[in-house]
Amino acid sequence: MTAFWAWFVAIGTIVFVIWCVWLVSWSAKQGPQGKEDEDLVGHKWDGDLEEWNNPAPKWWLYLYFITIAWGIGYMIAYPGIGAFEGVLGWSQEGQYEEEMANAQARYAPIYEGFAAMGFEALAEDPEALALGGSLFASYCTTCHGSDARGAPGYPNLTDGDWQWGGTEQDIITSITNGRIGIMTPWAQVLGSDEAVDNMVRYVQSLSGIVEADEAAMSAQPQFTTLCAACHTPAGTGNPLLGAPNLTDDIWLYGSSDEAIRNAIVNGLQGEMPAHGEFLGENRTRILAAYVYSLSQ
Amino acid sequence: MDKTASYNDTVVRQFTIMTVIWGIVGMLVGLIIAAQLMWPALNFDLPFLTYSRLRPLHTNAVIFAFGGSALFATSYYVVQRTCHVRLAFDKLASFTFWGWQVIIVLAAITLPLGITQSKEYAELEWPIDLLIAVVWVAYAIVFFSTVAKRRVKHIYVANWFYGAFIITVAVLHIFNNLAIPVTLTKSYQIYTGVVDAMMQWWYGHNAVGFFLTAGFLGMMYYFVPKQAGRPVYSYRLSVVHFWSLIAVYMWAGPHHLHYTSLPDWAQTLGMVFSVVLLAPSWGGMINGIMTLSGAWHKLRSDPIIKFMIVALSFYGMSTFEGPMMSIKTVNALSHYTEWTIGHVHSGALGWVAMMTIGSVYCLLPRLYNKEGMYSTKLIDVHFWTSTIGVVLYAVSMWIAGIGEGLMSRQINADGTLTYAFVEILASKYPYYGMRLIGGVVFFAGMIIMAYNVWKTIANEKPASVAVMEPA
Repeated sequence: MTAFWAWFVAIGTIVFVIWCVWLVSWSAKQGPQGKEDEDLVGHKWDGDLEEWNNPAPKWWLYLYFITIAWGIGYMIAYPGIGAFEGVLGWSQEGQYEEEMANAQARYAPIYEGFAAMGFEALAEDPEALALGGSLFASYCTTCHGSDARGAPGYPNLTDGDWQWGGTEQDIITSITNGRIGIMTPWAQVLGSDEAVDNMVRYVQSLSGIVEADEAAMSAQPQFTTLCAACHTPAGTGNPLLGAPNLTDDIWLYGSSDEAIRNAIVNGLQGEMPAHGEFLGENRTRILAAYVYSLSQ
Repeated sequence: MDKTASYNDTVVRQFTIMTVIWGIVGMLVGLIIAAQLMWPALNFDLPFLTYSRLRPLHTNAVIFAFGGSALFATSYYVVQRTCHVRLAFDKLASFTFWGWQVIIVLAAITLPLGITQSKEYAELEWPIDLLIAVVWVAYAIVFFSTVAKRRVKHIYVANWFYGAFIITVAVLHIFNNLAIPVTLTKSYQIYTGVVDAMMQWWYGHNAVGFFLTAGFLGMMYYFVPKQAGRPVYSYRLSVVHFWSLIAVYMWAGPHHLHYTSLPDWAQTLGMVFSVVLLAPSWGGMINGIMTLSGAWHKLRSDPIIKFMIVALSFYGMSTFEGPMMSIKTVNALSHYTEWTIGHVHSGALGWVAMMTIGSVYCLLPRLYNKEGMYSTKLIDVHFWTSTIGVVLYAVSMWIAGIGEGLMSRQINADGTLTYAFVEILASKYPYYGMRLIGGVVFFAGMIIMAYNVWKTIANEKPASVAVMEPA
């Protein structure tokens, strides 16, 4: 905040506080007026609208004064009057840092206890699995579901099929850095609606859900030149690129004609956000072991 | 009769009828989205029926169509009666009516189509915003010209509040909607980042403060003493709480942005002035309730008085709840939960709608030269449906919201969250059901009102009313 705006805010604040104090003092000073007819203010509108001039209730004046006094006190204690930062030195960033430090001091030891344990052992240790389950419920269920079976576009973590690899390091990397899986659109390259239809059929035939008939096989040459770069010529996929195995009848985005055609025509972009920064190493490893255990 | 010697009640009648109609429409949309929260399939996979498009339709319909029509109707009525002159500029007044209806219809078309600025309570795109600005300026000209040619020296307190509401809403609307048009249906805000957020909630909270509070206090200050047949309790209190209210409300917006990238000092000011706002808000409640005090015997025979006392009670309750929720530590629990929805509706249904309904029941017979509404019994039934409806609504959202807040903060011994999002959602279903029932009950009252209004005015040919000589 520049000096101009700091003073602008400070003066504005003080003027309005003084205004409130003056109003309530003005109101408090005048004596009681009673309730008789002669105490009417003397204005009359619309035949019968008149006004008394009763004093404001005492408790109301006190209430008003107290809130103003409290407000002044609060603005002395906390940042509020222009650039004045308040005598307590409080800031919301400070509060955040403090709460995070407290949480770290309190919870880090719980997870540190498992740092020396091997990955396979973690995936079988009941205590570690309980911790991992809690972490999973907090951070993963929104996309992968409470039962970890995913949803269209969000991988099922219980089926042993790993789009990005299922080793300790693979899972830890997925959680820490996140993953971005991109399939580019292919409709124009394939050239015609018929070619797309044939490709859909060929892809379905790879996992045996349709017969590899003539129409399907007519797309094989294009598959080998275009799709194989990521999915491999046999269609078994490449975990390094997150390219799914097309032969195992496990479908991230669905196996219907419509779903596969959509993938080929429009492409796909899947993203898992990075969790490493706020989970830290120990918790990431326990969570990874839990995820690993789901498919064991 | 010489035209200037009579009141312009035509435009008042038009806005009053539309108040009832838009109330029914807006609340019906509210019921649909409340049902969608329980049964998401009710959007039938149609884009224009999705929650995200119907929700702004609901808020715009109830605030600007229902509440707005009520404010136009009563302010036009009150300013004539308390200034002892005919409303200025018949044609301009008529333009505000038709212009406002066109705006509402445009909102009802564009919002379901997904045409939106994505700013809460300011969703409408720039061409509609321009039309709103034009109609609003016309409204100000009509209102203030009428005040200017008044035949009494003192301006009645109701007109202070209506005046503050009209001026402030113009400023809020124009500055929050400054945008660069790209096409007819798309524009970009001129504000960016946290400045945009601050502008939005400066607007958003003052829309509550001036549209839904100051405007309806104007309504209260005319219809409560009128219906009770008693003088306003304290002129002095009305002066203090008016000048406090309009000064302090302006600062309260940042409490919508606690613990965000908004600078600490702005958050503090938003919170401090929100708490200071408690007493000025209660000044209006005290003045209203103390004016009714002494007319308590009328509660037995006059359900309109019942509407007013319950409206004032909900006003007091939600203006206590608001400052409390603006305190950072409370806000850390309540923000982003159903509690906020409950708070808004105890204000919107309990205060705004019940004050409007009471005032319309008081106003309508006068507009059609009748002694009273067709059925007092039905007003009483409506009173009970409204009261039960709003209580069910507020209580269910308190439970759901506080539960939601507590569950979101519950931490396991290992530092992880105890409840996943979906578990919290599941916990709210019974209260979504209870809220829906509350809404249905409240809505049923509106249907009863429509029937009562119809029976009162059907086949009536209103005669013009002569302007009363000042006392």
